[in-house]
Amino acid sequence: MIKTLAKSIREYKKASILTPIFVSGEVVLECIIPFIIANLVNEIKAGCDMKTIAGYGAVLVLMAFGSLACGVASGSQCATASCGFAKNLRKDMFYKIQGFSFENIDKFSTSSLVTRLTTDVMNIQMAYMMIIRIAVRCPLMLIFSFVMAFIMGGKTAMVFLFVVPVLGIGLALIIKTVMPLFRRVFKKYDNINNSVQENIKGMRVVKSYVREDYEKAKFKKAADEVCADFTKAERIIALNNPLMQFCMYTVMICVMVFGSQAVVTSLGVDLDVGQLSSLLTYSFQILMSLMMVSMIFVMMTMSAESAHRIAEVLTEESTLHNPEKPEFDVKDGSVDFDGVSFRYSEKAERFALENIDLHIKSGETVGIIGGTGSSKSSLIQLISRLYDVSAGSVKVGGRDVREYDIETLRNQVAVVLQKNVLFSGTIKDNLRWGNKDATDEQMIEACRLACADEFIEKFPDKYDTYIEQGGANVSGGQKQRLCIARALLKRPKILILDDSTSAVDTKTDALIRKAFKEFIPETTKIIIAQRISSVQDADKIVVLDGGKINGVGTHEELMKSNEIYREVYFSQNKGGDADEA
Amino acid sequence: MKHNMRPPKGGPGGRPMAKKGTMKRLVKMLFSFYPVMLPVALFCVIFNAVVSSVPSLFMQNVISVIEKYWKVGDWASAKPEILSIVGVLVIFYILSLASGVIYNQLMAIITQGTLQKLRCKMFDKMQDLPIKYFDTHNHGDIMSHYTNDIDTLRQLVSQSVPQLIISAITIITVFSIMLYFSVWMALVVVIGIVAMTMVTKKVGGNSSKYFIRQQQAVGKTEGFIEEMMNGQKVVKVFCREEECKNEFDLVNDQLFEDAEKANKYANILMPILGNIGNVLYVIVALAGGALMTFNVPNLSISGIAMGISIVVPFLNMTKQFCGNIGQVSNQINSIVMGLAGADRIFELIDEQPETDEGYVTLVNARENADGTLTECSERTNVWAWKHPHGDGTTTYTRLMGDVRLNQVDFGYTDEKIVLHDITIFAEPGQKVAFVGATGAGKTTITNLINRFYDIADGKIRYDGININKIKKADLRRSLGIVLQDTNLFTGTVMDNIRYGRLDASDEECKAAAKLAGAHDFITRLPDGYNTELSGNGANLSQGQRQLLAIARAAVADPPVMILDEATSSIDTRTEAIVQKGMDALMHGRTVFVIAHRLSTVKNSDVIMVLENGRIIEKGSHEKLIADKGKYYQLYTGAFELE
Repeated sequence: MIKTLAKSIREYKKASILTPIFVSGEVVLECIIPFIIANLVNEIKAGCDMKTIAGYGAVLVLMAFGSLACGVASGSQCATASCGFAKNLRKDMFYKIQGFSFENIDKFSTSSLVTRLTTDVMNIQMAYMMIIRIAVRCPLMLIFSFVMAFIMGGKTAMVFLFVVPVLGIGLALIIKTVMPLFRRVFKKYDNINNSVQENIKGMRVVKSYVREDYEKAKFKKAADEVCADFTKAERIIALNNPLMQFCMYTVMICVMVFGSQAVVTSLGVDLDVGQLSSLLTYSFQILMSLMMVSMIFVMMTMSAESAHRIAEVLTEESTLHNPEKPEFDVKDGSVDFDGVSFRYSEKAERFALENIDLHIKSGETVGIIGGTGSSKSSLIQLISRLYDVSAGSVKVGGRDVREYDIETLRNQVAVVLQKNVLFSGTIKDNLRWGNKDATDEQMIEACRLACADEFIEKFPDKYDTYIEQGGANVSGGQKQRLCIARALLKRPKILILDDSTSAVDTKTDALIRKAFKEFIPETTKIIIAQRISSVQDADKIVVLDGGKINGVGTHEELMKSNEIYREVYFSQNKGGDADEA
Repeated sequence: MKHNMRPPKGGPGGRPMAKKGTMKRLVKMLFSFYPVMLPVALFCVIFNAVVSSVPSLFMQNVISVIEKYWKVGDWASAKPEILSIVGVLVIFYILSLASGVIYNQLMAIITQGTLQKLRCKMFDKMQDLPIKYFDTHNHGDIMSHYTNDIDTLRQLVSQSVPQLIISAITIITVFSIMLYFSVWMALVVVIGIVAMTMVTKKVGGNSSKYFIRQQQAVGKTEGFIEEMMNGQKVVKVFCREEECKNEFDLVNDQLFEDAEKANKYANILMPILGNIGNVLYVIVALAGGALMTFNVPNLSISGIAMGISIVVPFLNMTKQFCGNIGQVSNQINSIVMGLAGADRIFELIDEQPETDEGYVTLVNARENADGTLTECSERTNVWAWKHPHGDGTTTYTRLMGDVRLNQVDFGYTDEKIVLHDITIFAEPGQKVAFVGATGAGKTTITNLINRFYDIADGKIRYDGININKIKKADLRRSLGIVLQDTNLFTGTVMDNIRYGRLDASDEECKAAAKLAGAHDFITRLPDGYNTELSGNGANLSQGQRQLLAIARAAVADPPVMILDEATSSIDTRTEAIVQKGMDALMHGRTVFVIAHRLSTVKNSDVIMVLENGRIIEKGSHEKLIADKGKYYQLYTGAFELE
């Protein structure tokens, strides 16, 4: 996992290595300064002249500047390294996701991908900053301070041998008890936030059913539980502080007693007053370092989850690959399904499609009808190889779709997805998705075919009208027509509309179909629809039921022979024929 | 978690600023939550801070003792003196530790308790807010009160405030002790402090400037990521991967630049302050040395002569002093952010709740032999409006479901009226349908009947009673609403159906599900009625969710139902199958139906065609077809709905 993530450091390796080096310099200097000061104090005590003092002072100030330089350098290198690492992680994940197949995308939900790209990367950035800076600083500080303390304090420094284990064990115990508690409570915390979100979204339901008090009670109960758990965890964490103080105090007292004993009995040879004071500085540094080490430990355990989630994306392999010798030419718009079965994942018990045999000639118009869950969308997604078949084969232009270069295939097979999306940008920006180099004339032409030009012309900015994220400022019917125009700009050999005119009125719907017939007769058109009227005049209508073909034929044929088709027809035209019957 | 990265409100100078009284209000609130605990905790904080800053006094004493004896090496005489000093120190330390444990524990309880109380306060308030609030506020923004703002507040209460108090007390105490020892040397320290403050202001100011930029860049990047992830399949279909990568690189690089700068400034602040501290340390040592060498008469409160016993503790105090200044500067950002968070939390708590001046209530009733109604406490399935009058009498009107709108005008804002002169009579058991384009005002009318919004002019009467006189809760209880966007709650399928009536038995819930045509698919779920739903029923199709919502309304068994595009996501064949159940459900109830599929509304008693907030046609399907007006055009497919 760490290896996977570490690959994203790349150009920031230099900064990542420089940071700990500068940190080390900073630590060394910080540890020597008290040592020199101890000597200075003794010189002063011995009653030296001003010159000696000034000399010491110069050295010390120089060292302080050295330490400052190292500190600033390490701080800024660290910022570069950690932010750069985060940048690369985001980039690598985003690029990886661009290579995902539909199957990969289905596996991770959209919201989970967003979280991985944002919050999880932020967590890793923080942790990385901690690791290359503080995780280096603290152990170094610990060791240096220890060494210096022993050099200067001799026996008196033995105090640390007692205090450090106490603090270490104490901190370890605290972390050990508190970590599982935190993990549990964070889950519960997520849950109550989810319930708040549900309430905000579902406020109309809450109010309609007058469930305000019920929701309040429910929330209070859940929140009380979270609060109790959090308090428990925080109270254990709160022991950190007194524990630290206890250790500090013990050191202070021991140093005072044993230190002064050492000074007095040895007549200042083993230890003198200046060193005594420096010993206290070291003790403080040692304990602080330990404390930080424990914090880093907590931080790293917490971010392990994020690291794991990021690695999951980075190691995911796309389930669709370009063939080794791809075919770059799609001969015509014919589509053949030969014994096709399909399921969404190996593990799925049910096949979404079973034994489909269907042959569509180039230039035909084919309608597909079927209830919710009859796998209409699954069927057409196989044509542009958004998914691969589980058995059998799908051919376009007489060749298996798996033999084509994927981009070539998808440019020739344009799908207007059911859950379609417009992106923030002008109408032109959105249309250019179909063809980067489309001229204004071509765009207007496509919009005219899709019956979108009439409403676009009514917008004050016409084709430069800004579309909000998700197409929030156009109506459902307008959005669908823009999506169709966008697909038309590809000039595909096969055009597939997956329930793409459901919000368009029947008259416009008919106009669009008429335009298709007149202006792109050589293009194969496959239309999935709920409305019979949308497919009624197709060359061929396919009735799907439960992943199997229930019937194929023209409207008239199906009206005679197909039970489901008739039912659908009557459900939409009840009153008319039914009343007369 | 997308809402987490909201850029903070920019005040003057680009900093997130809180209103003036926020700190005061926060403190007041904390005291009112914990009138005993908080003062005790604060006392312990102060005590702890004072005690941990006095050891330098003891240090000075110990060193004077050492000075007295070390040249002769007489430990035997020094020992009792030192031990007695240390003994007192031990007592101090024990007190300090005790106070430390107490305040840390109390603060943990107070912090979490306060957050808990605020959460509940916000949630309670949120439940009481009118629908208008939710229609006019971004949902992510409301949510961030519970996540972002609570988090910043936690930081403020649990860490920044105690740290600030400790630092302030320590600084004051240490400075007093410094003056006690030597005024000259204290002055040297003051010079250092001034330098540190200036640096903090400069570097810290830059840091927060870039942090705000970073927040904005984060917001932009997240927005981009969210949009792209949502449209990922479209990206694939159009083979736009490369363009997306390029666009992403642009925002991602910008974020990197801002984040790098912000973190740089934040990272270098501490080394700078630390080393100013080091230099100050040296200067103090030099100054001490100089004072001693030149025998400058010491000016001090204590009157102690300048000597090594002063210089040594002074050095430690300098370190302590600088450390605390560093701590304070570290907290500045979180204090500013915390106050801004508190401000937003207070804003939500201060929102005006939904008002309710209604006094007519809905009660269970029993019918007497003479046809009059008497109130009773048990469930009788006969409901009555209890209407107390000014003269002290109370009348009971049977709940029938007769809804009349009389010349109603309405606008979401005063300037823009969206409904004009709406008059609708819906008699008990009638089915009234609304047809019209998006924005014609169909849903708005239903919003008025259940009083999510109040009308500007005209009258709405329910069983002859002006709905303004009916208590909102009782009015809504008598109406069942199924909305187009179905909202389910985390819990089992059964829980979700029971939401309609909390005391419904399992059998009643199942019966309702059968009526709504949901029973079949529910039994096919892995755990049937006990299947857990989460994420608004993410594992169900939109059609299945709508069926559940209908079952939920069915179990509530209200006399009036409003179906707002309730079957829009169910395909027509399934709808035809469900229709029988729906007809049974609607039987004997007043039903308002909004649908853009005309097959859904065709069998209504009255169909209202709305356009631009006005009813332009009304009548039965046959009449409207015969009239050859707008409805006829719609029916024959000449006009687009939605």
